[in-house]
Amino acid sequence: MEPFERYRSIIDDFDAFLAACKRPLGNAVRINTIKTTVERTLTALDEEGVDYEQADWNPRVLTLETDSPGSTWASFHGFTHGQEEVSAVPAVVLDPQPGERIWDSCAAPGSKATQLAALMDDRGTVVANDNNLGRISALRFNAERLGATSLAVTNEDARNYSLNRFDFDAFDRTLVDAPCSCEGTIRKNPDALDNWSEGHLSSVAGIQKGIIRRAIQATREGGTVVYSTCTFAPEENEAVVQHALETESCRVVDFDLGLEHSSGLTEWDGETYDSSLEKAARIYPHQNDTGGFFVAKLEVTA
Amino acid sequence: MSDDETNDGQRFDRLPATDAERTVEGRATRAEVVDYFTDRFGIPPETFDDYTFWEKGAGKIWIYSGDAPTPIEIEAIGMTCLRTRQEHWKPTTDFVQRVGREASDCVIKLDREQAQRFATGEDQDLEWDGDWGYLIAAHEVAGELEPIGIGLYVHGELRSMVPKGRQRDLES
Repeated sequence: MEPFERYRSIIDDFDAFLAACKRPLGNAVRINTIKTTVERTLTALDEEGVDYEQADWNPRVLTLETDSPGSTWASFHGFTHGQEEVSAVPAVVLDPQPGERIWDSCAAPGSKATQLAALMDDRGTVVANDNNLGRISALRFNAERLGATSLAVTNEDARNYSLNRFDFDAFDRTLVDAPCSCEGTIRKNPDALDNWSEGHLSSVAGIQKGIIRRAIQATREGGTVVYSTCTFAPEENEAVVQHALETESCRVVDFDLGLEHSSGLTEWDGETYDSSLEKAARIYPHQNDTGGFFVAKLEVTA
Repeated sequence: MSDDETNDGQRFDRLPATDAERTVEGRATRAEVVDYFTDRFGIPPETFDDYTFWEKGAGKIWIYSGDAPTPIEIEAIGMTCLRTRQEHWKPTTDFVQRVGREASDCVIKLDREQAQRFATGEDQDLEWDGDWGYLIAAHEVAGELEPIGIGLYVHGELRSMVPKGRQRDLES
């Protein structure tokens, strides 16, 4: 937990934050409404004798009282999908509509891409891309198990993504759930900080900046880009969005979030960021007993 | 439209609507695919109105609801739904779970214990009055029949076709 000391000055109740990071996380699942309804899933779990708790902010997110959430009938039928509670946030913030064209630029293993499809009633086009061919097999497995028919899967580097293969030239909305240092997954992966270094943050940030820029370019004027990570480092969060503000036509916009969270930062380590970064959300583990997350919503302005 | 006269395993081609539009030898048509689901399982043809069907590799058919030009080189388009280019066409487990609730024919209802055995991939002896061949295995969930997957019924035995990676031991 030593690397987290650098966040002592920006996190309220830092001791509670550290204590939460040391507690293991419960088994969260998302209800897959492509295959069934929330009510029917709850009844199926009741019939199996699996207890659950429904998230206040999202009735489709449950914490299951079982050690094997993948070995229930509800899971076998694709009614539920193992997905951390905060991981269900960015797709909701992106707010895709049925019939739209959506790009999930870093999609494997597909939890968020299939959630996007579900939010669109599986109507429209969700281009689920990932640069890692090995992880694409997991993405495909999940997409089939969850019955997502609106996914088109591609294997490209998002930083220079081409839409040439499609018969449209811009997306309505894009999700950049960027590869990151994963500090916020410490409760699931106790070794998440093993290879932590400031040098690593800065090399990952370079990739993130390339992806967010391409995402904005590939999204139509008036469209939406959501940028998210599962890490706390401002170098990978506010600094990346700041870079997008400086280099592409976009602005940071407000969004509603039913989870307790903190505002995005406007300064860090001698750098200052645009005041609109306050509209971004930082979710810390002690606030809702979840993993850690960052999410910012952008509107493309040209 | 493609001017290739052979199936190309590296890309997806949209199925021709009918025989008259077929250019690739052995390729199923959209009409044949919809007829198969309707004739075999009683799935209403309008179920598929908003979907396109695609072939990649010999006989593997995919169902897709989004936008795409044909042909297209891509990792996946929608989900696999059917294996053609063999004597008996075979739907996939995941597709049957997705649309099988619409089926009225060739659906075999399993009790709790039979359903558990089916999900583990076990074959079992069962009575069945209907056609032999591929059946949709289903059981009751929350008061309605829910498809589990595809089984092959022959000689008084239901063989589970649930792929290895999807098999689960569901004790409850």
